[in-house]
Amino acid sequence: MDFLIMNEGFPLLSCLIFLPLVGALILLFLPGEGLARMWSLLVTLATAVLSFPLYTGFDPNTALYQFGEHKEWIPSLNINYTLGIDGISLLLVLLTTFIMPLCVLGSWTYIQKRVKEFMISLLIMETAMIGVFVALDFALFYILWEAMLIPMYLLIAVWGGPRKTYASIKFFLYTLAGSVMLLVAIIALYLHNDYSFSIPQMMGQDYSLTFQIWVFLAFCLAFAIKVPMFPVHTWLPAAHVEAPTAGSVVLASVLLKMGTYGFLRFCLPITPEATHVIGPYLLFLSIAGIIYGGLTALAQSDMKKLVAYSSVGHMGFVTLGIFVLNKNGIEGAILQMINHGVTTGALFLCIGMLYERTHSREISDHSGIAKNLPIFVTFLTIFSLSSLAFPATNSFVGEFLILAGAFSHNKIIAGMAIPGAILAAAYMFRLLQYVLFKGPGRPDLADLNMREIATLAPLLVFVFWIGLAPEPFMNVMHSSVDHLIEQVNLVKHVAESAPIAIAMVP
Amino acid sequence: MLFAPELVLLLGSLLLFFLSLGESDGKGARNVTILLGLAGFVLSIITLFQEGSLFMGAYRIDLFSQLFKVLIAVGMTCVVIFDGEMKGISARMRPEYYLFLTLSCMGLMLLVSSVELITMFVALELSSYSLYLMVPMRDDTGGIRFQMEAAIKYILFGIIATGAMLYGMSYLFGLTGSTHLEVVVPKIIELSASSPAAILGIALFMFGFFYKLAVFPFHFWVPDVYEGAANSTTAFIASVPKLGAVAILIRLVVMVGPTGGDALVNLLIVLALCSMFYGNLSALVQTDVKRMLGFSGISHAGYVLLGLLTLKDSGFATSIYYIAGYLVMNLACFLVICKVSKNGENVSIDDLSGLHQRAPLLALTLGVGMFALAGIPPFVGFMGKFMLLTGAYKAGHLTLVILAALNTAIAIYYYLSVVRIAFCNDPDERPSVSVDPMTKLVSVFLMVVIIAMGVAPAKVLELATTAVRSIL
Repeated sequence: MDFLIMNEGFPLLSCLIFLPLVGALILLFLPGEGLARMWSLLVTLATAVLSFPLYTGFDPNTALYQFGEHKEWIPSLNINYTLGIDGISLLLVLLTTFIMPLCVLGSWTYIQKRVKEFMISLLIMETAMIGVFVALDFALFYILWEAMLIPMYLLIAVWGGPRKTYASIKFFLYTLAGSVMLLVAIIALYLHNDYSFSIPQMMGQDYSLTFQIWVFLAFCLAFAIKVPMFPVHTWLPAAHVEAPTAGSVVLASVLLKMGTYGFLRFCLPITPEATHVIGPYLLFLSIAGIIYGGLTALAQSDMKKLVAYSSVGHMGFVTLGIFVLNKNGIEGAILQMINHGVTTGALFLCIGMLYERTHSREISDHSGIAKNLPIFVTFLTIFSLSSLAFPATNSFVGEFLILAGAFSHNKIIAGMAIPGAILAAAYMFRLLQYVLFKGPGRPDLADLNMREIATLAPLLVFVFWIGLAPEPFMNVMHSSVDHLIEQVNLVKHVAESAPIAIAMVP
Repeated sequence: MLFAPELVLLLGSLLLFFLSLGESDGKGARNVTILLGLAGFVLSIITLFQEGSLFMGAYRIDLFSQLFKVLIAVGMTCVVIFDGEMKGISARMRPEYYLFLTLSCMGLMLLVSSVELITMFVALELSSYSLYLMVPMRDDTGGIRFQMEAAIKYILFGIIATGAMLYGMSYLFGLTGSTHLEVVVPKIIELSASSPAAILGIALFMFGFFYKLAVFPFHFWVPDVYEGAANSTTAFIASVPKLGAVAILIRLVVMVGPTGGDALVNLLIVLALCSMFYGNLSALVQTDVKRMLGFSGISHAGYVLLGLLTLKDSGFATSIYYIAGYLVMNLACFLVICKVSKNGENVSIDDLSGLHQRAPLLALTLGVGMFALAGIPPFVGFMGKFMLLTGAYKAGHLTLVILAALNTAIAIYYYLSVVRIAFCNDPDERPSVSVDPMTKLVSVFLMVVIIAMGVAPAKVLELATTAVRSIL
């Protein structure tokens, strides 16, 4: 357990995991829709508040896993309940706890039928999502990773749009089929590590290259589908368009991050050699995703679809940052994961609010509403600018770091990613131009009420906070990222120094 | 006290026999059967850690047998409770129906305790013949009489399997000069290196139990019998007799020992793979829920074999864990079928449309059952599959593990489509389903067991491992 700084006293991470679950169980027995909403808001807010000490108590000078907890779970298989966070997972946990109350607020009036069941699904989702980010035992990770599919499936299948059946099945099948081989890879790693599922213990082991490549491919299939990387992204637009607002927000803000988190947590440190072999190909897939997502988004007339395809492009930037394998790239990628969670989540919330008013997501139905909904349009404009990485907004910092990392890795690759940034400006401005200025406007629509403003305002704060002063967010990840890069490059040094050593012998 | 579970069922079936002599609507018989099931359950738990033997070692009580008796009693009680109205069985046959159900359970209880070939045969046939009679007892509603076709198929295939089994037994006796398992099996393994007759003998002997477990290629009866028998009969056939088959197969394979038996392992690998692929691929195109569950049962039988073919204690324990899990998951699904079926007719997948509005608890039970069968965490199906795959990989069968994992991905489609119909479709004028309080209790119980076994498998697994060690 030398990788873990044990948490003496209050088991903070366990509380974060189980609080929403307990909340969901209690909710089962509460009567009434209004109470269900209030209660879930309370539970998610409490979780968010409870997660705050993670940030204040986090020691940014160590790459070890902090707030550690360790309990035996299934001794005969050596499966343990091991939790801990480092600089990579900290921000993702905070993002999750922070976004969930907004999801509840965003579906306050959007969800009209079966409110209680909806909130229960949402709370169970939160448990599984936090669990995935803090699990340090591979079996525990996999269980939570798969368990998440059921509430997410129900969120889309029961409360979704007209093509919910198709979208939900496609989502479920894609993700499950992807993770089947992940299971085999986990078992293989378990047997190679003296029957241990401990994730940190699996890192830095001396696996053969063939073994690493197979494991990497199995990982890659599961995570690439979740990210989603081109060409396995096709479930995403369907799921996003049909999901209810909260479902889209959860999907965009948190679920997609699990794919990239998987790359960072598992692929890079466990199979470093294979990363050096296969990584370059993934760079090209990332570029393809960036360009493809941008071009497709340009052609959409449905706002939700537009944002969904823009997600494909943004996540392409994230994987690009990860696989350039240098400090700027990876830190940019982590920051961009958070940014995408904030910005895209906000955009989906905006579209949801508009949909509640007009029951349409077509851009043409909302032309010229700037004069009718000034507050709404202000929010939409700022989040759109953030989405296209306008300077002084959060995404600018992330994308800048990623591109800087890409330039120092390979100028051609970096050059190929640039059109993506331009495309983002093109499709976002196209949206804004229509919604703001073209057309007659909709005088029948009411502007945002206080609840909706309260939903969007916190996200706005983060857009500018990360955009203007990213240091508080960057500080926590430096040590962990340095450590990660050390782990990945360890093999490279060995490989490079070996021929020299041989040459020096005679 | 040692033999109390069997004796209670025996006395109970005598009582049921007298009840069946007079005119009755079966309510009394039902209550008696429920009490018998509960008594069997309690008594099996009381005798759980006791040991003993009877008839010169032909009949043995150990943790292993008692564990299976607990499971058999649970299965029996659940089936009788959740098909309270006995919609598929005409009123005047109900007392007999309960009589044969009890006899069949008693046969299975005898079976899991037998360690001698002839005793095994008698116990197996007692259980099987009761089942053969239960299938045609279905009410003739549509006038198609397809229950007769199913019964004929069941009995003919069953007798062929029994014949093969007896033939195999004659080989075993001829080669070893004994009918006691602990003498027969080690000798046969010793002989199997040189004599093909030994392998043939043991393979033929296993056929009888593969038939009960519905392993490919002994599955031909499954779809038709599942479809032809009444819903509650199918619920019983689909879950409880499989326990007996697994118990005997484990008793047999345990004695092979961790080293010998390459031929046996290869046979099991082939059967496991064929069962999984055949079951899952066929289930994809079914429209009748019972037929679909039948094919899914074939694939699950393949998974159970994954534990057997490791030839290790841990593998056998996992198989016990898995079949116990399969019992509860399967019962959960059949509970829903029995309740949704209005007059005892078969339920097509479309009939489940909008179940979450018609009967939320049933829809939840169905969802939990189906996701568990599909192997999604945190349910028992996932834990079982996970441990089976780990064990098989540990024993060095990588290809098998990959193919089995692929099967999980195939299977999810048909389970999910049932859940989809229940949760996404509108009910379209379909009436709401009424559920009596006892059934509600059973469905909550089944769900809790499915989740508890999935989240905290350690205790069950420990018990199963001790049980396996007790028969070594």
